[in-house]
Amino acid sequence: MTPLQGCLLVSALLFAIGLAGAVTRRNAILALVGIELMLNAANLNFIAFWRFGPHPEALTGLMVVIFSIAIAAAEAAVGLALVIAIYRHRKTINLDEIKDLRG
Amino acid sequence: MSWPFIIIAVVTLFAAAAAMSWRNLVHCALSLVVALAGLAALYLNLGAQFVGFAQILVYVGAVAILIVFAILLTRSGETPNQAVLAPGWLSGLAVAAVVFAALGWAIWHSAALSPAPAPAPEATVKKIGDVLMTRYVLPLEVIGLLLTSALIGAVIIAMREDAAKTKIENGGLKMERTPAASSTVQPPSSQGGAA
Repeated sequence: MTPLQGCLLVSALLFAIGLAGAVTRRNAILALVGIELMLNAANLNFIAFWRFGPHPEALTGLMVVIFSIAIAAAEAAVGLALVIAIYRHRKTINLDEIKDLRG
Repeated sequence: MSWPFIIIAVVTLFAAAAAMSWRNLVHCALSLVVALAGLAALYLNLGAQFVGFAQILVYVGAVAILIVFAILLTRSGETPNQAVLAPGWLSGLAVAAVVFAALGWAIWHSAALSPAPAPAPEATVKKIGDVLMTRYVLPLEVIGLLLTSALIGAVIIAMREDAAKTKIENGGLKMERTPAASSTVQPPSSQGGAA
């Protein structure tokens, strides 16, 4: 197994773990944590392809990862603010009890 | 496949699995910190120093604190009594397993993944700064705008509803509210500060 394949396998496993957590956990915060793990798995893919790709001097993969980290931080801030707003409104963040769009 | 890579990868994957499977949310947040730090170590191992330290600063420093704050503010810090998994969790696990199987099969059988090990590329902070200021200057500006708007949006969403209403009415032409009513304006919570 080449190093690139190892990186990609680790990233695929991380993505699967994040996906499983995001779709199976009842807590809204943990669903967001699962999404963060999936984003990080994608970042690891970009870094691996930058490191073992044909043109590493162009720094494309690094740049994508830097911008992706910034976007993930913004996403986490807005998502957790939404969770707090939902908790204040309904007194629960259990995703099974938040079913209707009506306030 | 070097031994440091394998050790870091195993620690990261176990911490991620623990973050997704433990019952207590505070424990989940702590093992998420371990997983994110392990990912930063993987980036360092792959030769991406700047991204590794940015990962530590942003994720371990800011996002983890944000998640702990959200856990405490929603009072879900204690271990729940009822089930923590959604009713259809078995199908969810099956979907995740199918996704991993598809990805793993593609990785294993891909001919495009060249076996030749490339020499370690050089990515100094000076080079990254050069590229950010020349070729990627427009995305950089857009990211700055996005972070600013996400900060303002997070503060507004997390603000108390009555406080937001009072602020809007006081900011308009209706100034007949008593000072006691306007003193109920709460400072916005600290959610946006970490972005």
